[in-house]
Amino acid sequence: MSQPLPVSGANVQVNLVGLTKNDYRGMPSTLCQGCGHNSIASQIIAALYEMSILPETVVKFSGIGCSSKSPTYFLNRSFGFNGLHGRMPSVATGALFADTTLRGLGVSGDGDTASIGMGQFKHVMRRNVNMVYIVENNGVYGLTKGQFSATAEVGLTLRKQGTNPYMPVDICMEALASNATFVARSFAGDPKQLKELLKAAINHRGIAVLDIISPCVTFNNQENGYHSYTWGKDHEAPLHDITFIPAREEITVEDFEEGTVREVTMHDGSIVLLKKLEHDYDPTDRWQAMRVLEEAQRNNWLLTGLIYIETGRPTLTDLYNLVDKPLNRLTEAELRPAPETIDRVNAMMF
Amino acid sequence: MSQRIVNDFSITVGTVNGSGSSTANTTILRALFKMGIPVSGKNLFPSNIQGLPTWYTIRLNKDGFTARRAEQEIVVAMNPASFARDQASVSPGGVLFYDEGIRQPITRDDIVAYPMPVKEIVRKDPSIPSNLRDLIANMVYVGVLAQMLGIELDKIYQALSFHFKGKQKPIDMNFNTVKAAAEWAAASLEKKDPYFVEPMDKTNGLIMADGNTAAALGAIYGGVQFAAWYPITPASSLAEALNEYLPMLRKTADGRQTYAVVQAEDELAAIGMAIGAGWAGLRAMTSTSGPGLSLMTEFAGLAYYTEVPVVIWDVQRVGPSTGLPTRTMQGDLTFVNFIGHGDTQSIILLPASINECFEFGWRAFDIAERLQTPVFVLSDLDLGMNQWMGEPFRYPDVPMDRGKILWEEDLEKLKGNWGRYLDVDGDGIPWRTVPGNRHPASAYFLRGTGHDEYARYSEEPQVWERMVNRLKKKYETARQYLPLPQIEEHGNRIGIVAYGSSEPAVREARHLLQVEHQLATDFLRLRAIPFYREVGEFIARHEVVYVVDVNRDGQMKQLLSVEYPELAARLRSIACVDGLPPTARWIVDSLIEQEVKHESTIAR
Repeated sequence: MSQPLPVSGANVQVNLVGLTKNDYRGMPSTLCQGCGHNSIASQIIAALYEMSILPETVVKFSGIGCSSKSPTYFLNRSFGFNGLHGRMPSVATGALFADTTLRGLGVSGDGDTASIGMGQFKHVMRRNVNMVYIVENNGVYGLTKGQFSATAEVGLTLRKQGTNPYMPVDICMEALASNATFVARSFAGDPKQLKELLKAAINHRGIAVLDIISPCVTFNNQENGYHSYTWGKDHEAPLHDITFIPAREEITVEDFEEGTVREVTMHDGSIVLLKKLEHDYDPTDRWQAMRVLEEAQRNNWLLTGLIYIETGRPTLTDLYNLVDKPLNRLTEAELRPAPETIDRVNAMMF
Repeated sequence: MSQRIVNDFSITVGTVNGSGSSTANTTILRALFKMGIPVSGKNLFPSNIQGLPTWYTIRLNKDGFTARRAEQEIVVAMNPASFARDQASVSPGGVLFYDEGIRQPITRDDIVAYPMPVKEIVRKDPSIPSNLRDLIANMVYVGVLAQMLGIELDKIYQALSFHFKGKQKPIDMNFNTVKAAAEWAAASLEKKDPYFVEPMDKTNGLIMADGNTAAALGAIYGGVQFAAWYPITPASSLAEALNEYLPMLRKTADGRQTYAVVQAEDELAAIGMAIGAGWAGLRAMTSTSGPGLSLMTEFAGLAYYTEVPVVIWDVQRVGPSTGLPTRTMQGDLTFVNFIGHGDTQSIILLPASINECFEFGWRAFDIAERLQTPVFVLSDLDLGMNQWMGEPFRYPDVPMDRGKILWEEDLEKLKGNWGRYLDVDGDGIPWRTVPGNRHPASAYFLRGTGHDEYARYSEEPQVWERMVNRLKKKYETARQYLPLPQIEEHGNRIGIVAYGSSEPAVREARHLLQVEHQLATDFLRLRAIPFYREVGEFIARHEVVYVVDVNRDGQMKQLLSVEYPELAARLRSIACVDGLPPTARWIVDSLIEQEVKHESTIAR
């Protein structure tokens, strides 16, 4: 049943699975005009279209909040589960057992992840659930009209809230500390990098955390604020330029200058290329990753790029030695033990 | 010596928690069972790993009454800390066996007391390593009881072989101590009490199991594919039994799994995972107890409103709060019935035996998938953790019901025209698709927010009203898929309604009411909520109906009063809340007391 819907019109561009970009779109956004989350949705659409991934093989998950509403704005043809505040990881963990060929795509926010959902966030990391975990991070609660979130920087002053007295949570640092196997940060105002990182995250087998600074145009877009466009543009310190190349395409490393390229081979054989900008950076070194995050915090940099990647670790479902057929397609004959086993069971009961 | 009392008394063993006495106690229980005598064993244990007093009570009854009794004719005192209390707890005319190493006085002259030289007997066997002596010491009272009561040693051997799974070394070491203790008792003790056991044929073909194991096995035969859980007394052993038996019963020939069990980080995550799996088309469950269920409440409401099948076992313990974690209660009934904010209605199954734990174990999945809703199975600590006799488990007698699922070929036939929450069949149950379905029209966006028949976001007043009214209709439809109540009725004035693990106590109480008060009663045992029509009809046919609850507030009586307001005046509550399994005597006394009170009110 991988037949795409018929495409109307002669000159419509299609990807390798015969779908148009329209097949990846969702409902019109109901978020504020200019919201960073909308540009993220656009890049998700672009990335999946360009990667020729069937929408039916992606499952969307989200919690509660502006960010968690956004999965309706892309991939209409993918199943989605918009659950409870801070509880998206557990739902995804269970659902992805049903058919391990599916790709999980979770969208959360800074409140949904770093406050109410911190526990589940940390545990979905350590289980290495095979999904992309996007945090649309704006440092503020939008739907409830602008309260501070746990990622808001200390000392930030908002009109109705006063000044934030608490230290912020660094999503990437938390992910790293919880043994996430892919940790990246991007900026909603940098669509090119965002799309490449999304592609890399989607191709990663295991948990891929993508902390995307996504300014809230309504409640938190002060020029001096960490989660604003102007600050982001001024302070963005990319680790490297990143280009994602699917395995099915020719890889031409010659295009890149010797000594400035670092290849990262993804689990499925595809490769992410990292172009070093300012310093020699090895994203497979967890110790280095910790260091640059700490350094960025001290220097007030918005560090973006692929911060850490580990490709060998088994995912959660890898640990279970499941049958090849998706569990949710197993029949009664495959699920109910044979009648003769009941005597054996009764004999075991004394 | 007075007249012999055979196969009709209770034995309580008082030991220190963590001293390894459970092997000894279940060995006695199993040996009696193998002798053909109806038995039950109740573990009264502290919330503690090691050191506090713990008791184990075995009741044997030739007539098959195995509910807990308050009286204990035979007490074995192995714990200095509870010695005085244990001595005081012996029924008049009863027997105290005690470790003579406990140097405390025997103060009662209305009982028979037998000292046991526990240390001495264990030390005499040089093959027992010194680090195992304390554990093996418990076998001394097994041997002494065997000799003094007449428990057959070969049955004790069988019980030990079962316990140690045929491993000869521990079997021999324990059995040798039993034999040595029995020989010592034969040579040194003079029988002065009237209590004896004798072989019978009342347990032929029966099995013994605890409800949690039975529930897990039932779930396995129900095709459970995903279970997530978080450790909590008294539910942990249910998930542990899944882990024990699934590999045996549900692996393919090449060793691949058709299931997954995940220990979650808390109960929020446990039910979240189960709901995710249930939504994605797996037979999914979680198991917990009251405090865990409190945490699961938010997700339960989500699953109710978004119509996700999931099975939730609640092995109830004493609440509110942390309460008494190691004691039993039917305390979560009204909580579960109304679980969640807003308008909610729950499907509840009420098992009363290991056989119903097994049966509801598989049936709950059929019901959950048919109705696309959470199904709560309310067991309790007494049923879940204690050993109960029962018929052998019966293989499911109906094929699996996977409910209304649309796969690719179904959608092809429908040309993709379908709505996730569309009531096409008029029974309130819509059709669903699950992730992995590759048809381009299969997907929908599940949301806990307001949605219409096509799962689209909606805040329209009419849409909301229509959707929750359809859920109400589905709840009405649900009744036909649930287990019927069990009714024993002979036109008596008084009816008794009970549910769950109080069944043996109620059965015995009805016998006592007949024998002692010449009072015949009718009986209805509830097995599910929502109630069948028959329940209201049963109440209507009786002048007065006593509802037996193991909780303070008479929770089932409350629910029946809400369901049948016109019959509420006929309902009277018998409610007990001391954390122990109810006794028949307590039910009889409460009922008679209320009968007398009511009659005197009328007389006045």
